[in-house]
Amino acid sequence: MTTSNIQDTTGYATGHAPIHKTKLAAIDYSLKAPVLFFACSALIWLLIGTAFALLASFSLHSPKLLPNWEWLTFGRIRSAHLNSVAYGWGNNVVYAVCIWVMARLCQTKIRYPNVLLTAGVFWNLGITIGIASILSGNLNAVEWLEMPKMVSPILGLSYVLIGVWGVMSFFYRESPHVYVSQWYLLAGFFWFPWIYTAVQTMVIWFPAQGTVQAVTNWWFGHNALGLWYTPMAIAVVYYLIPKVLGKPIHSYYLSVIGFWTLALFYNWAGVHHLIGGPIPVWLVSAGVVASVMMVIPVLVTAVNHHMTVVGSFRHVWDSPTLRFIVFGAMSYTLTSVLGSTMALREVNQITHFTHFTVGHAHHGIYAFFTMVMFGGLYYMMPRMLQREWPSVGLIHLHFWAAGIGITIYVVGLSIGGWIQGLSMNNPDVPFIDVVRRTVPWLISRSVGGSLMALGHVAFAVNFIWMLCAKRVQEGPTMFYQATSGEPIKVIP
Amino acid sequence: MKNIFLLFLGILFTIAFSFTGIVLISNVQYGKLKPVAMAEGEDTQPREPSGIAQQGKKEYETLGCLYCHSQQVRRKGFGADFARGWGDRQTVARDYIFQKRVVLGTMRTGPDLTNVGERLTDESWHYLHLYDPQLTAKGSLMPPFKYLFRKQKIRDERTPNALKFPPDYKHQPEEGYEIVPTENAEKLVAYLLSLKLNYELPESKFSQ
Repeated sequence: MTTSNIQDTTGYATGHAPIHKTKLAAIDYSLKAPVLFFACSALIWLLIGTAFALLASFSLHSPKLLPNWEWLTFGRIRSAHLNSVAYGWGNNVVYAVCIWVMARLCQTKIRYPNVLLTAGVFWNLGITIGIASILSGNLNAVEWLEMPKMVSPILGLSYVLIGVWGVMSFFYRESPHVYVSQWYLLAGFFWFPWIYTAVQTMVIWFPAQGTVQAVTNWWFGHNALGLWYTPMAIAVVYYLIPKVLGKPIHSYYLSVIGFWTLALFYNWAGVHHLIGGPIPVWLVSAGVVASVMMVIPVLVTAVNHHMTVVGSFRHVWDSPTLRFIVFGAMSYTLTSVLGSTMALREVNQITHFTHFTVGHAHHGIYAFFTMVMFGGLYYMMPRMLQREWPSVGLIHLHFWAAGIGITIYVVGLSIGGWIQGLSMNNPDVPFIDVVRRTVPWLISRSVGGSLMALGHVAFAVNFIWMLCAKRVQEGPTMFYQATSGEPIKVIP
Repeated sequence: MKNIFLLFLGILFTIAFSFTGIVLISNVQYGKLKPVAMAEGEDTQPREPSGIAQQGKKEYETLGCLYCHSQQVRRKGFGADFARGWGDRQTVARDYIFQKRVVLGTMRTGPDLTNVGERLTDESWHYLHLYDPQLTAKGSLMPPFKYLFRKQKIRDERTPNALKFPPDYKHQPEEGYEIVPTENAEKLVAYLLSLKLNYELPESKFSQ
């Protein structure tokens, strides 16, 4: 280990004096129990969600494949998949990685980790009940909100006890400067409870009349991506690229523009899910405009990340963390630009109601968000456990299987969905032929999905192996160095 | 960003802006619509669905039908909704005011169902289609919903709504047995048959 590695490089990114690595280790240690709990829960839900995904995917092109049991019907396992990967994997991994990033950037220890841990247990309990209810048919027929009414107070309350930690770290921060990742994290931790409470109130508990429900539903559905998973993943990208490369973010001003335009435009984009639908046209137009304007934050952020990485591509390739992170960041650019295009009425006329949209959703939530979070875990776990990943081969397998898998998935469904849309808009094609034409592409999705599943298994094996490995070094042993020596100067 | 107060204010403002603009204003603009009549003395539309149709809708929801079937007709010329016979007019917000749970759907793996009660009026077609979609639509990707049916011994004579399979169907029940829809299937089919876009509204007349 060279001396420069001993020093933390956050200073490069935030522009203030670097903090001593031992202090970071102390922060990491204060978070160890809850973060490990969240990371393990995320992994378990990822595997469960993947299993549901494969069942749903295969049964869609081979409808007679699954035994004829009500709980295994497509509508149910599809919803079980969505809820376990979104709230199970997505939220848990955000809790793990983002609370950790926030605490580190704020240079503040988490004071009552047991509260966080307890809230985490309740969150996962809520989701377990939710998924079981979905399978048994006790569900809301609302996309993204299938888990039954009674689960939402459990989730809401435990979220408050989790999210508040992110916000509290911020308000009790000891760092002299606020870094761009912290804006995104603070915003995300604040936006999620707002949209969740609003949609639970107005769609589930006291349903609004008629299609107001649908509008509220998609305001939430799109903002769950745009104001929760996306800012959290962007925060991780902004944190880890400079950190691993050891150089500052290209431009502070681009970060500012990127953040505020995202906050302003993403908020309004959700209505594009209802283009042509039974709602006032002005709302749809507002949604289309906002979706197109999303090009600004996306390109600005892309340029900012790209300019930071320029000259260090070799390093990106060599680092497992950065390979996943950069794959994710590039997918964010691509999927967002495609998304803006899909919101145009001419394009939407073809892609709406087709598998193209499903491909696009996975492009965002998997190729971007999930890959970034994998990268975050690859960086965070060794620092939590004070030991390295046991198998490089498994990391390779994970990266390539997930990367190639999601590529096949998105390309396959995009082509299939486009064909489906064109055929559906041509009334001379009988509907059953529209259905038939999608089948090869649905099969390609199963192939891609199976590869992704393989990647997840490789990741899980490596993860569990790492957890069970012999202890190399305890976190607290770092405290000794903290009190004994002067901080070492950074060697760029 | 040095001014943390401004940061927080911005975070608050952006979400409050979209929440007000999209959710609250929607509620004010079309959250309290009432049924209307096309002319004085005529019935107001839409009408409240029957009890059994409402129960069937619950079945539709819990089986997750909406993940493959939409219930919205887009305006003429936008997509081929009209040409495919999915409705003779665009659906508007008022059409949905009696639905406790609005199931517009965002996917058309299968066809739109807004007007299915006008297109496919035969009850026994729906039962066969639910029991084994390949019987009625070869190549369909719809899963069979056999658990909505039960096999029973034929007593004195066949039950009126027992499934009538085509003679060459391979999976016929044994001699002396019949397949009958359960109560849940009856509700579901009643709901499907109730889906009719056969009335006009002042804001959406036929062929619009």
